[in-house]
Amino acid sequence: MSLSEHLPLVEALARFVPDGATIALEGFTHLIPFAAGHELIRQGRRDLHLVRMTPDLIYDQMIGMGCARRLTFSWGGNPGVGSLHRLRDAIEHGWPAPLAINEHTHAGMAAAYCAGAARLPFGLLRGYLGTDLPGANADIRSVTCPYTGEALTTVPAIRPDVTILHAQRADRRGNVAIEGIVGAQREIALAADCVLVTVETIVDELPPAMNGIVLPHWVVTAVSAVPAGAYPSYAQGCYARDNTFYTAWDAIARDRECFLAWMHQHVLATADHRDFLNSLRRNAA
Amino acid sequence: MKHWTRDEMMTIAAARLLENGCVCFVGIGLPSAACNLARLTHAPDIVLIYESGTIGTRPQVLPLSIGDPELAATAACIVPLPEIFSYYLQAGRIDVGFLGAAQVDRYGNLNSTVIGDYARPKVRLPGAGGAPEIAAHARTTLVVMKASPRSCVAELDFRTSAGFLDGGEARDRTGARGGGPAALITDFGILTPHAVTRELTLTSLYPDVDIDEVRAAFGWPLAVAYRPERLAEPSDLELATLRALEARTALAHARPVELPC
Repeated sequence: MSLSEHLPLVEALARFVPDGATIALEGFTHLIPFAAGHELIRQGRRDLHLVRMTPDLIYDQMIGMGCARRLTFSWGGNPGVGSLHRLRDAIEHGWPAPLAINEHTHAGMAAAYCAGAARLPFGLLRGYLGTDLPGANADIRSVTCPYTGEALTTVPAIRPDVTILHAQRADRRGNVAIEGIVGAQREIALAADCVLVTVETIVDELPPAMNGIVLPHWVVTAVSAVPAGAYPSYAQGCYARDNTFYTAWDAIARDRECFLAWMHQHVLATADHRDFLNSLRRNAA
Repeated sequence: MKHWTRDEMMTIAAARLLENGCVCFVGIGLPSAACNLARLTHAPDIVLIYESGTIGTRPQVLPLSIGDPELAATAACIVPLPEIFSYYLQAGRIDVGFLGAAQVDRYGNLNSTVIGDYARPKVRLPGAGGAPEIAAHARTTLVVMKASPRSCVAELDFRTSAGFLDGGEARDRTGARGGGPAALITDFGILTPHAVTRELTLTSLYPDVDIDEVRAAFGWPLAVAYRPERLAEPSDLELATLRALEARTALAHARPVELPC
């Protein structure tokens, strides 16, 4: 099996993420690959099927910039703050484009990721019980247990074309180590055909991680060094979550023009993530 | 003049319902404040689990999100998300699930999905997250919400999480193994389900609350217990602990983040 490639982020995304792809930028509050999402916006990607348990600000931005045609998700808010206004505008008013949704629960998404990683057709759980969600999403079905006769809930496996993650470290061979809250990153990485990872740093050799989460080099397609690539989310041990940014995003995203102006100034008009961070600093100064 | 607010009383009343040592699956916002207040006062051995997979976390400040670094850094352990939902929640290893929502009905069913029609919503809410399975599998659930005719409604626009469905034994037929809502904690008082009908009934009131005021805050004809209990007002310790926690939290969330580049 081959080593993963070390590629600049711009090149990795240009090569591996075509228009119309099903992609998952995962990271449960922690290690959200913002730099990669921004670069997809800069490259003008369209018609993406976006998959994420919690769309968070990064999908709010991608949806608002017209990158997406479909969203598979389980909780679409700005955590602790309120709505994702761009996601809401897309669902409520079809702006800037209509957005189809496949809505799940966290447990259902987790089961679908696990099934995808194991190349099984569906995930199995005792889920969605007594709720209206199966009526809203025809993918949520049931199967009879062949041993007990119990009806159990099923969700189809999720198999992205590309999973994109951010992590603290990779080594020269392309092994990737994730620390802290690991969410379902391992599962959705193993569920995908192509795995792209941005990292804080590339080291010669990873420290031994007896029980840590490591994605071995042959499941990782490409690694790109992007320091602070998860900002304004965080990388445990490297930098904290910028809760002030998450709070401030509410006002930025509430209004279409204000949102577009912000995206033009800080994402479209910047060359890369370092430039994006500098542009925010200039704004704050 | 009273020196506490009803919002404070709500958080304190919710915290009092948590027993020391219980294993609690915590939602963000009011549930998180109540659980940490309990931990910092009468329940030091409570085990707090957030759906980000942080088990036994002891945050010094309240997290803004369900996965703040503070939760990870102070956790006994962190497990992958599929594990927290399958091996802990679905397996029946959670005593108390603590939830909020946008709407609740008289049987403790919750809506956090849409206001209006699902296909053409008037307001698109965040959605389910972990709540439906927490509501199904935790041994009991507690729901904390401010009461108003908009939040306490006769009919939900969408049932995101099951309480007692349409009452009586209806919940048992869903296959949900958890016991369902044990209490709805509001900013007026606490409702608990009737033993047979399962209708949420006002069984206790905060010190300064008038019953007519409570009825006006509900969108259905509120069932009231014979002589509802008057809860004790917040103790000095409860108030001081809650306010200190909120002050630490405000400071921490305003702190600038230092980036490595």
